[in-house]
Amino acid sequence: MPFSLLKYGLSSDYPVEVDLPAPTELKPSYDVVIIGGGGHGLAIAYYLAKYHGITNVAVLEKSYLGSGNTARNTAVIRSNYLTSEGVRFYTESVRLFKELSNEFDFNIMYSERGQLTLAHTDATVRAFRQRAEVNKHFGGRTEMIDRQQIRELVPSLNLDPGHLPVLAGLWHIDGATARHDAVAWGYAKQAAKRGVEIHQLTEAQDFVLDGDRVSAIKTNRGTVRCGCVVQAIAGHSSLLLNKLGIRAPIHSYPLQAMVTQPFKPFLDPLVSSSALHCYVQQTSRGEVVFGGGSDPYPLYNTRSTLELKESLLAHAIEMFPFLAQAKLMRQWAGITDMTPDYSPIMGLSPLDNYYLDAGWGTWGFKATPICGKTMAELVASGGQVPELIQPFALERFSRFEQVNEMGATAASH
Amino acid sequence: MKIMPCPLNGPRNISEFTYGGEFKLMPDPNTCSDAEWADYVFNSNNLAGVVTEWWMHTASSYWFLAERHTVTDQIIRTYDPSERFSQRVEFNLPASREEEVSA
Repeated sequence: MPFSLLKYGLSSDYPVEVDLPAPTELKPSYDVVIIGGGGHGLAIAYYLAKYHGITNVAVLEKSYLGSGNTARNTAVIRSNYLTSEGVRFYTESVRLFKELSNEFDFNIMYSERGQLTLAHTDATVRAFRQRAEVNKHFGGRTEMIDRQQIRELVPSLNLDPGHLPVLAGLWHIDGATARHDAVAWGYAKQAAKRGVEIHQLTEAQDFVLDGDRVSAIKTNRGTVRCGCVVQAIAGHSSLLLNKLGIRAPIHSYPLQAMVTQPFKPFLDPLVSSSALHCYVQQTSRGEVVFGGGSDPYPLYNTRSTLELKESLLAHAIEMFPFLAQAKLMRQWAGITDMTPDYSPIMGLSPLDNYYLDAGWGTWGFKATPICGKTMAELVASGGQVPELIQPFALERFSRFEQVNEMGATAASH
Repeated sequence: MKIMPCPLNGPRNISEFTYGGEFKLMPDPNTCSDAEWADYVFNSNNLAGVVTEWWMHTASSYWFLAERHTVTDQIIRTYDPSERFSQRVEFNLPASREEEVSA
């Protein structure tokens, strides 16, 4: 009955659900201050509250929630990495992603479609065999498939693009996408429900040091004292680290992506080719998303460039020729904090109570849940690094023990 | 199209150039510690502002230095490395290392 529905909507019995409590003043002191209100920062806050009962936590976000790289990625979730360290870490992340909608009671639109990576050379076929075996061994679901199987999976794909015929494919069954904003919202809502304070428009500007500890953080809304600090920002990790005198191997590059007008569904799996510097997927709304390599030199600027769009589209059209007629709807870029080995920097810093969640380059979104969970463990234990993230320590560079994932990127950079 | 003013070849499309990293002074590889060497190899300032960096004109393999603003992407100045280096950098290994290599 429309009339009774209207009456119910206007009555005081109507259950109004508040996602986030109204903003409050900053308290003078918190047990944990998390810098960065993206997926990672909010996930850390959520797991701290949920598993460790630590709720005197402030998340400081300089803009609005999830406005940084959480809003700028291409929403791909996968675990078909190259090293055992990487595969174990990302496989656990995929497992957590699958449960998130239930856990939040909020739909993050997790959609498992599989990811297909194309091999155009014999060398790539050999590398894929290795990746498939490493993956299977550490719990991922990945296998090699041939041209015929690729043709059946993606009938619209051109298997002979110019000088680079497709020889085989790496079929990653766990490949998926999720609504990236919803992941941030879900974590924010559940963290706030448990007492975490989320302060938007609050920028961490400087630090007060007391020996080897950070005793307080200066923000645009005043100074807060802190038990410990987690840095979980993307795109500007170096700028914050420079303020503390911490040296890190991070170079920041823009990564541009774009999306077309909607089409009727034609592409189920996520398809990528590092030889063609391009990955393509169709969203649940029918739009086609293209991502590619980073810009060729560092920049703190998310401007669009015609050169990158041209080269990215040329390769996308080689893969899916009918897209030559597609109209582009929008373009965006995110600043990626690239590390030399294409793995993150997680764990301890040279300061006693300052924890790092940095260097997320182009692989941050897919690690959101496991990053939140392991960083929360690290904080709650007062600095005992969980085994899963020990390989990603900042000191790996001075020990010359890098975790080389360069070959496992979706598009070469 | 973005134009890079090459000190040797004049203004060219930036796609003709290769980025070569931040300009930083190399510690003496014979005397520095492993930590100093790792810092030189991996770490960077990655500043948002005017930086000095190496660039190469790919077609002519000519290396030069550029001052560029990493937020506005404005190229402020490009110049020949002879402004910074008055003599050749020698990479001679010490005698003991040379013996190891030849053995």
